[in-house]
Formats: sequence, structure tokens, C-alpha cells
Amino acid sequence: MGDVSGFHFQVVAALIFMIGALGVLVRRNIIVMFMSIELMLNAANLSLVSFSREIGNDQGQIFAFLVMVVAAVEVAVGLAIIISLVRNRDTVNIEDTSQMKW
Amino acid sequence: MRTALFWVFSAAAVLSALGVIGNVRTPINSALSLVVSMLALAGLYVLLEAQFVGLIQVMVYAGAIVVLFLFVIMLLNLRGSGAIGAETQPIMKAIGALVAGGATLWLVRTLAAGRAPWPDVDDGFGTTRAIGEALYTDYVLSVQVAGVLLLAGIVAAVVLAKKKID
Repeated sequence: MGDVSGFHFQVVAALIFMIGALGVLVRRNIIVMFMSIELMLNAANLSLVSFSREIGNDQGQIFAFLVMVVAAVEVAVGLAIIISLVRNRDTVNIEDTSQMKW
Repeated sequence: MRTALFWVFSAAAVLSALGVIGNVRTPINSALSLVVSMLALAGLYVLLEAQFVGLIQVMVYAGAIVVLFLFVIMLLNLRGSGAIGAETQPIMKAIGALVAGGATLWLVRTLAAGRAPWPDVDDGFGTTRAIGEALYTDYVLSVQVAGVLLLAGIVAAVVLAKKKID
């Protein structure tokens, strides 16, 4: 594939991961923070698949697949939590939900 | 051709990832940026000979997960996060950007030290057949555990989102 190697894919994964981390750090909307976590999971998946290509072994792809399963469950449960949060507090700003107990 | 595709997909993935976190008007725009990012990542997976993972990426992430996000945003009828000024303080933004930028530079430097050429792989690498065979032989326990986890997730989501818990 010409001049593109595993390093380039790893850099893309690092960039997306850090964009996700930045999103969690600077955004205060809980849904956008949740999407940023998804971005980080995806970046880790890209890294796994890229390393799997680099060593010519498909175990990394299987791990990426299992990460996707966990991410799907996490989204279902997390969004249910967000729904009940908005029902009870009527806000998606996490600054308004700083207390452990209401 | 593949090199050009790599640049197109990675540019799309990174720029739309920026769109996810940069969009302060409404979470709907963030979710739509997320779809573009997921689809571009699926393209990158196919370039990495991981056709099965790319397919699942399109179906599970771009198809199911982002739709779930959009569904919840529309169900809750959210319009942005209130005042945009309340989103975050500039000092927090600066600290966040510094931390993320510094960590990215450090990661790239570490990765650059370990550059290796790709080995040739046989035609079956990363196909549904290869991954499926591995999943149902060597990793069958992981598949079972994933199934139990999904079931637990469904039950938990239903219980959590119920209006009134009996």
C-alpha cells in the first residue's frame, strides 16, 4: 500500500482518541461526552485492527469485535441512565448533577 | 489508490470527530458527525484487510448505536445545552487542549519509534469466514459471555428507563 504503513493508522487512532478525550474534558453536555467516549473506543479499535494487520494475526480483529459488543451494551445502559437523569433533573449539563444524592 | 483512500478516510474520520466535540448548537449535529466518523473508520478497517470488522462497524456503530443516540436526543427533545457560554470555561478549554495535544505528541513520538513494514497476508485474512471460524472455535467462551452481557444490558436498560419502578 505504497507509503502508508501501520504508523499512519496508529497516528489517526491517536488523534481520534485524543479528540475524544478532549471532548470529555471540555464539553459539559452529558450526551456529547458519551459520544466522545464512543470516539475513544473506536480509536482503540482502529489501533487494535491496525496492529493485527501489522503482525498478520487476526486476534486483534476478534478483540475489536468484542469491544464493539461491550460498546453496544454500554450505550444501551448509558442512554437509559441519561433518560432517567433527564426525567428526574430535567438537565443534560453535568455541572447541575454534581451531587451523589438528591 | 489505496493511499489516496487512506488519506480521504482518515481526514474524514478526524475532521468529523472534531465536529462531534466542536458542535455546541445541538447534540443532533454531534450525532450526525459521529456517523460520518464511524463510516470513515469502517473504510479504514477495510483498507486494513479487516472486512468483517468494517462490516460490523457499519451495522453496529453507524447503524444501531448512533440511531440510539439520535432516538434518545429526539425523545428528550433537547435543544443544545442551554446557554453556549455555560458549556465550559475558556480556562478549562485551554487546559484540555494542552493535555490532549501534549499526549498526542507523546503518543506519535512513541509510535514513530516502532515503525515496521506490513507482512503479506493470505486472501482469507479478516474475512467473515476467518473471523467466524476463530470466534466459534478458539473464542467460543468469549462469544457466550458477550451474549450474557448483551442480555444483562437489555434488562438493565429496560429497568433504568422505566418511568416508575414497582
